[in-house]
Amino acid sequence: MPEAILETRELTRYFGGLAAVRGVSVACNVGELHAVIGPNGAGKSTLINLLSGDLPSSGGSVRLRGRDITGLRADRISRLGVGRSYQKTNVFLPFTAFENCRLAAQSRLPSSMRFFKPAAGYGAVSQAAERALVMAGLEGREGATVAALSHGEQRQVEIAMTLATNPVVLLLDEPLAGMGAEESARIVELMQKLTKDHAILLVEHDMDAVFAVADRLTVMVNGQVLESGPPAQIRSSRAVQEAYLGTGDVHV
Amino acid sequence: MRGGRVTAAAMIVCLLALTVLPFIGDKFTVQFVTKMMIMAIFAMSLDLLVGYTGLVSLGHAAFFGISGYILALSTPQYQAANFWVSLPLAMAGAGVLALVIGCLVLRVTGVYFIMVTLAFAQMLHYLFHDTGIAGGSDGMYIYLRPDASILGWRPFDLEKFGDFYFVVLALFVAVFLFLRVVLRSLFGQVISGVHVNEARMRSLGFPTFRYKLASFVLAGMLAGMAGYLSAVQFGVVNPDMLGWHLSGSVLMMVILGGMGSLVGPIVGAFAMMLLELGFQSLTKHWQLPMGLAIVLVALLLPRGLVGLVSLRSRNKEAADA
Repeated sequence: MPEAILETRELTRYFGGLAAVRGVSVACNVGELHAVIGPNGAGKSTLINLLSGDLPSSGGSVRLRGRDITGLRADRISRLGVGRSYQKTNVFLPFTAFENCRLAAQSRLPSSMRFFKPAAGYGAVSQAAERALVMAGLEGREGATVAALSHGEQRQVEIAMTLATNPVVLLLDEPLAGMGAEESARIVELMQKLTKDHAILLVEHDMDAVFAVADRLTVMVNGQVLESGPPAQIRSSRAVQEAYLGTGDVHV
Repeated sequence: MRGGRVTAAAMIVCLLALTVLPFIGDKFTVQFVTKMMIMAIFAMSLDLLVGYTGLVSLGHAAFFGISGYILALSTPQYQAANFWVSLPLAMAGAGVLALVIGCLVLRVTGVYFIMVTLAFAQMLHYLFHDTGIAGGSDGMYIYLRPDASILGWRPFDLEKFGDFYFVVLALFVAVFLFLRVVLRSLFGQVISGVHVNEARMRSLGFPTFRYKLASFVLAGMLAGMAGYLSAVQFGVVNPDMLGWHLSGSVLMMVILGGMGSLVGPIVGAFAMMLLELGFQSLTKHWQLPMGLAIVLVALLLPRGLVGLVSLRSRNKEAADA
């Protein structure tokens, strides 16, 4: 097996006395979509926050291409090629969809300490933004202020921004939440396409979508990994079924 | 884009009016408008922080004042300082101070940022007030205005109020155009992003601290330019130039005119000083009606005086659509 591009070892995060993530070891490879599922409060979003640097970990390590990135700030991790989307839409509401993505694409320039040339004059940046918008299915909506877009479209902007930073590793935190059926289908198709040359870690509650796209599944319960393996194994796992049924959170 | 064209036309008319003013106005008027333009530069510099970067500073006078002090202290006793040396020197000094203060205060956010900027400016105020540096609480006179000679040729004479007026006008227009360009640049996009959602900027890969610091330094240097010009105009510096009262006044100008636009702080500075002048001529207790006017604007025009114009043009656009 090739060395994983993103890998955690015994990753742990405490909130006070509560272990939101405890001893989690997961890996992502390019060409593979790794879905993390589990009941609410299992620690899935916290795991993503630890991987992206939004939260510091309490223990364990994160490696990117074999390099230890534990404790790096979110902006450093982002520039190393790890992009993330947020469960709760986290965009720039007063800006247009295009401006949101242009700002995201601009982050790939070596520096934005450029005070004179207009931002609109950077052709490559604008093109990257435009591409991301089309990929997320927002063609024709570029000029609209994000605050005026529907909730579903704002979710698409969220994903387009992540894509505009041209990441190798994608951490997607419930990308389908709040999307209509048509957009959902579109994003599922997009994820399948992106899997070819990206490593994707997906947290999602829509089990139909998860089983349609995932190459590997990790089930988390109470901050710990319950089981990890290919979809067929997870589907037939008694422990997983019990965990879900036990919490009364029937998704499978 | 019709609103934009109207704004541009209005700006050109204002610029023309400012250009012909010294030829028709009396000395008092010319000097008063000079003062208004200096305060407008000061207010624009603060708006870069408050309106664009989202950093509400209550210590901006520190950079205004330090620059005046740099001029006063670098002016030889019975000679004039050189304008071309002392202005960059004063602005650089304000920039260095902003760099040092910025490194410390930008580690906190929100109401704590307001508090620590205030605290630093007050420390500086008392440093000049309580020690003997530059005349202590009495301040220090600048007997001769800076000399603008370059190798024996003197393009203008700052001792003449008309010449000084045009120098201030040129710098006022230059600062306006400079900020317009900067706000459209990559840097301008980043600080606007930081204003709206700093956490997301970080997760997009921007090291936001250094952009906030650059904005803080830039704003400090431009405030320094205003402070320098003010010291030249009045020929005196004193600790009040660094005090919280002035920091509060310029913040009020920005809010009164409208944050987050370049025209806003200009309108705010002009309006506040005209109101002050008007109420002063009516009553000794001018601060009472002044306060009332500010409360009214804050209540009725949450986007400041410029909100009045954009409100109308937006309604018209909606009606046209």
